[in-house]
Amino acid sequence: MGLKEVLTRIVVGFATVLKTVTRRPVTIQYPEQQKPMSARFRGRHHLKRYEDGLERCIGCALCAAACPADAIYVEAGENTDEERYSPGERYAKTYEINMLRCIFCGYCEDACPTNAIVLEPIEFPTGYTRESMIYTKEMLLESPPINVPATPQRTPPGKYDRAILPFPPIDESQ
Amino acid sequence: MTIAEPPIRVEDAPHNAVRVEDVQLDITLEQLKKLVSPRALTGETMLLNMGPQHPSTHGVLRLLLELDGETIVSCIPDIGYLHTGIEKTAEGKTYLKAIPLTDRTDYLAPMSNNLAFCGAVEKLVGIDVPIRAQYLRVILMELTRMNSHLVWLGTHALDIGAMSMFLYCMREREMILDIYEAVSGARMMSSYIRPGGLWRDVPAHFPQLVQRVLDVFPRRILEYEKLLKENPLWKERTVGIGKISAQDAIAWGMTGPCLRGSGVNYDVRKAQPYSSYDHFEFSVPVGSNGDVYDRYKCRMEEFNQSLKIIKQAMDRLPPGPVMTDDRKVAPPPKHEIAYSMESLIHHFKLWTEGFRAPEGEVYFAVESGKGEYGVLLSGDGSPKPRRVHFRAPSFHNLQPLGEISKGALLADIVAIIGSIDIVLGDVDR
Ligand code: SF4
Ligand code: SF4
Repeated sequence: MGLKEVLTRIVVGFATVLKTVTRRPVTIQYPEQQKPMSARFRGRHHLKRYEDGLERCIGCALCAAACPADAIYVEAGENTDEERYSPGERYAKTYEINMLRCIFCGYCEDACPTNAIVLEPIEFPTGYTRESMIYTKEMLLESPPINVPATPQRTPPGKYDRAILPFPPIDESQ
Repeated sequence: MTIAEPPIRVEDAPHNAVRVEDVQLDITLEQLKKLVSPRALTGETMLLNMGPQHPSTHGVLRLLLELDGETIVSCIPDIGYLHTGIEKTAEGKTYLKAIPLTDRTDYLAPMSNNLAFCGAVEKLVGIDVPIRAQYLRVILMELTRMNSHLVWLGTHALDIGAMSMFLYCMREREMILDIYEAVSGARMMSSYIRPGGLWRDVPAHFPQLVQRVLDVFPRRILEYEKLLKENPLWKERTVGIGKISAQDAIAWGMTGPCLRGSGVNYDVRKAQPYSSYDHFEFSVPVGSNGDVYDRYKCRMEEFNQSLKIIKQAMDRLPPGPVMTDDRKVAPPPKHEIAYSMESLIHHFKLWTEGFRAPEGEVYFAVESGKGEYGVLLSGDGSPKPRRVHFRAPSFHNLQPLGEISKGALLADIVAIIGSIDIVLGDVDR
C-alpha cells in the first residue's frame, strides 16, 4: 500500500468521524432527563385496587407459584363482611416480594387471575440494606382512589361472593 | 398460604452433591508443569496471566500465556469464572420457568436462546406454532443477530484501537434494544418467546420501529465499512492474523461466522431450516482465509443479509394468532378465566404445575449470531426436564484459541479473542 493510499484512507476516516459533529447527540443527561419507557416495561411491582377501594389481590399465591426466582411470599387471611379487604373469601394478609431475588420476568403478572400484581414502567427498587429490599404489602399496595375508604371495609352481605371479577382482555396493541 | 415445593428427599438429592472433604484433587503438580514448556520452568520464557479482569478478554476469561519475548509460545484458556449452573438450575424448573434462565446464557442474544429452548420444547411435546409467530420469530432472530454483531464489532474495534466504532455500534444497538423493550418489556432479558408461540402479539408501533432499523442501517453499515474495511491500520492488525484452516475449524467444532470465515458453508438456517427460514431468500457469506479479517467480512455481510430477511418477513407478515391454541401448553386468554371454569383450571394448572413433556430426547439448534446454539432436552414425562444441555457456540469457538494463537504476537491475541466473538455467560453457563 503506497503512501498516497494510506493518506487517503486516513483522510476518509477522519472525515467520517468529523461528520458526526453535525448530527444531533443521541445521549441524554440521565437522571435529569429520562428516556420514556415502553408501556410493557417490566419495572417495579404494584398491587392494584378496584374503584371501590377493595384490593384486587385475593391471596391465591398463584404469583408465588409461578415465580421462577421464588421471590414472592403470600399468606392468606379470611375476609368477612365486617372486615373485607378483597372480593371473595380470602385476601393477602402478608404479601412480600424480595426485590433482590426478583428477576423482573413478569410471570407473576401473567399468572395473577385478578390482575392484582402489575409491573409498571416507573421507579426502580433501590436500597442500602437487604432488609429494605424486601417490599411488604404496605409498600406495594397502591393507595385507594380519592374519597374512597381504604381496606378493611364493611360491606353488605352477599355482594362480594365472587373472588374473580370480569375484566377486559389485555390490550396487545400497546 | 404459599404453594411450596415438596421437600427434597435424600434419594432425590442431586447425585453429584459432594462434600468438601470427599473432593480429591486428581491433578498433580507434575501434570500442571506439563501445561507449559520446560523453558518456562527455567525462566527462559515468561508466564503471563491475562485476565480474568482484563477488559479485552470480553468478560471473565483468564488466559495463561507463555511468552518468548513478544511471541506466544502457548496459550491456555481457563474458563469457569462465570459458571452459574444454568443447565442444572433449569432441570429443577418447569419448562416455562426455565425460559428466563436461557436469556442469561448468551445475554447479547437473548431471543436466539429463547427460541432454541422453546424450539426444543415444541419438538419434544409436539406443538405447532402459528405462522405469524414463526415470522415474528424470524424478524426478532435477525434483529438479535444484528444486536450480537454490533456488540462484537464495537468491542472488537475498540480492542484494536478504533474507539469511535464502539460508540457508533452502541448508538445503533439502542434501536434494537428499543424494539426489545417495546415487544417484551425488557431491554435485555426478554423471555419473549414461549413454547407454542410468543408471549403477546407485537405492539401496534412495531412496524415503525423495524422500519427505522431498515432505513437507518444500510447507511450506517457503509459508515462502518468506510472506517474499517480498507483502513490500512485495521488490515495490518487483522489480515493473516489468527488463521485457522477449514479442517481444523470443523474438527474443533467451530460454527457460525468463525467457521464460515474459514470457507465452510454451514449455516443452521440453511442446513436445517427452522421457524420457516426456508420461506426467505438470503445468502450465507463465506470467507476463504480463515483469518480475523475474513471473519470480520463475514459478519459485516451478515448485517446486510439480516436486513434482507427482516424486510421480506415484514412485507409478508401474515395476520393471525401468535400463540398455539393448545390449552395444554399455552395459557388461555386471561380475561376468559373470569367466566370459564375450564380456562381457570388450565390457567392454574399451567402456572403451578406446568405442562408435561413426554419421555424422550430431542436436539434443536438455531443459528445465533455466534454460531450453532443447540439445546439438548431430555424429558421424563414430568413437568420438569430430566436433563438440559446447551450447545453454546461461544464455548466451542473458544476451544481452538490455544492453537490459533500459537506463534502470534501478544498484541494479536486481543484481535483473535475479539474475532471469535465469545460471551463468557455463554461459555460457562
Ligand atoms: S417479576 Fe418474576 S421474579 Fe419478580 S416476583 Fe414476579 S415472577 Fe417473581
Ligand atoms: S397477586 Fe394475584 S396471584 Fe398473587 S396472591 Fe394476589 S391474586 Fe393471587
